[in-house]
Amino acid sequence: MRLWAENLACVRGGRRVFAGVGFAVGAGEALLVTGRNGAGKSSLLRLIAGLVRHAEGRLGLDAGEAELSIGEQAHYLGHQDAVKPSLSVAENLVFWSAYLGGGGSCEAALSAAGLSELAELPAAYLSAGQKRRLSIARLIAVPRPIWLLDEPTSALDASAQSQLAALMRTHLDGGGMILAAAHGSIGLERARELRLGFEEFGPAT
Amino acid sequence: MSALKALLIRDMKLAFRVGGGALIGALFFLIVVVLTPFAIGPDLALLSRIGPAILWLGALLASLLTLDRLFAADYEDGSLDLIMTGRAQLELAILTKALAHWLTTGLPLVIIAPLLGLLLNIDLAAMKYVALTLLAGTPALTFIGLIGAALSVTLRRGGLLLAVLVLPLTIPVLIFGVAAANSAIIGPVPFGPPFTILCGLSLASLVIGPLAAAAALRHGLE
Amino acid sequence: MSFIDLANPTRFLALVQRLLPWLAAATVLAFAAGLAMAFNAPDDYQQGATVKIMFLHVPAAWLSMFGWALMSMAALGTLVWRHPLADVAAKAAAPIGAAFTLMCLVTGSLWGRPMWGAFWVWDARLTSVLVLFLMYLGLMALYWTTEDPARASRAAAILTLVGAINLPVIKFSVDWWNTLHQPASVIRLGAPAIHPAILTPLLVMALAFALLFLTLHLAAMRNEILRRRVRTLQLMKADNA
Repeated sequence: MRLWAENLACVRGGRRVFAGVGFAVGAGEALLVTGRNGAGKSSLLRLIAGLVRHAEGRLGLDAGEAELSIGEQAHYLGHQDAVKPSLSVAENLVFWSAYLGGGGSCEAALSAAGLSELAELPAAYLSAGQKRRLSIARLIAVPRPIWLLDEPTSALDASAQSQLAALMRTHLDGGGMILAAAHGSIGLERARELRLGFEEFGPAT
Repeated sequence: MSALKALLIRDMKLAFRVGGGALIGALFFLIVVVLTPFAIGPDLALLSRIGPAILWLGALLASLLTLDRLFAADYEDGSLDLIMTGRAQLELAILTKALAHWLTTGLPLVIIAPLLGLLLNIDLAAMKYVALTLLAGTPALTFIGLIGAALSVTLRRGGLLLAVLVLPLTIPVLIFGVAAANSAIIGPVPFGPPFTILCGLSLASLVIGPLAAAAALRHGLE
Repeated sequence: MSFIDLANPTRFLALVQRLLPWLAAATVLAFAAGLAMAFNAPDDYQQGATVKIMFLHVPAAWLSMFGWALMSMAALGTLVWRHPLADVAAKAAAPIGAAFTLMCLVTGSLWGRPMWGAFWVWDARLTSVLVLFLMYLGLMALYWTTEDPARASRAAAILTLVGAINLPVIKFSVDWWNTLHQPASVIRLGAPAIHPAILTPLLVMALAFALLFLTLHLAAMRNEILRRRVRTLQLMKADNA
């Protein structure tokens, strides 16, 4: 399985966010998307997830499931955690698992995220880091080959960061792919780097 | 299908949990209906004549004013992104959300309408028909309002804009809803034709609403 | 969220646990006596047996107003002294007050049916009670839609006090509106002098209703305190996880 892009450009609000971006990620590989603020790291991930359309270029997935779009085979972990405060921790995860296609065990995902003990609590009582971990549990509960992680370590303490790194390594060892936007290291040694933001910015044509 | 079922159940749970607005719409409906006699006087004959119109106006406002959180809440906490990356068709997901919204806010309006009919001195035989028109017509209000809810999320403006956008679109529903209710009570038009048109409007909005809302979300959320 | 907050309610809880069985028993006895007396009270020469709805209607009306008065005092306790029990008392009283108000409305409507020929006329008294009912529902909605009890309590206290100031104004306005419109033919209830044969059962029923209110209120306060303890424990659990 291989995710590739050629000469991608993204235009948002009449402004060219990035252009000429190309990369290829194979099974078991990770790509760290870096760049200054506003360089388009989040836009690139949202573009791959299918939430933003690209203005130019091509994006493809080889050997994926033909009838599904790339976004439907990817997990998008954005800045927001998509956690409903009035539902319990388990209810939140069970819903996303059922909605996104299921296939994994919610109990196992909660324990991987270190939230087993809190399963019955309303999600409103969770701290920011715990909500983040609940959001990450979604990636375990529903197996999808591509993980698109937008600054996944924000709000996580050191031990949660190393837990996340372990989960990411397991995912890569199982033949998954990870594209992560980050300012610093996210604990993946074998990640290649894609640096955004060295192009000239002109008005969109 | 199980994805949509999960979405339906989640939205209904949220509506009835703390912070959900399931019964606020019904409360608003009650208050609008109670306020009207203070404005026009407690003349029972007059109230029973315009009662169906008051109930319909109240139901219209209550349906629309509860709609503005339909996508906004999911947009603010990032759920909408995930709903859009789900494997269910976005149109069907939106249809499901709208259905959950109607079941938790539209249906309660239909259920309490007969009680409010008592306040307006509508007799029970006639009230059956008014409730029937509300049952057939409130889905149209929800599904038309859906378009406004999607637009107001992408434009990042709240409730009042939604009402301004959507209220003109609901005029046909109001006309045929009140006409059907009145024809059952005082005639002279038979109940059938306006009621059939009302059902037709509901079915048409069931198709147009989710399509337009999905288009608005796809283009607006970039 | 500290244990000091829980200390005072703990003594209150112990007291409630001891009082509740006695209060419940007293309520049952008062209702038994009151209902028996009400059944044996003479029928009205005009209204017949329907006048007996009064034995439910009038006490319910009194307690619907008592409920708001109680909540207003509790609101002062919340805003001025910040007493933790005051807010619990106010929140527990709202649904009970609303239930008594609804009972007053329903019995009034059933009573009015043979007199007025309709279940509802916009009689000044009934309409005022209806507005009170709406305000109870609004207050319950406020508690219902706000997750954080501390924030809900202050907002609800302010709303309750504003309501307490406004209720006489609303009552006056409704009376004025009603006399402006209402034809004089409507039968007015509550003659100036009530015969003792009616008054005694009415007072016994009022006592029974008051006891019922008190029993339900204390039980609801107990439940609310326990609910808040569960919330505190859950928050502590989330903090320590």
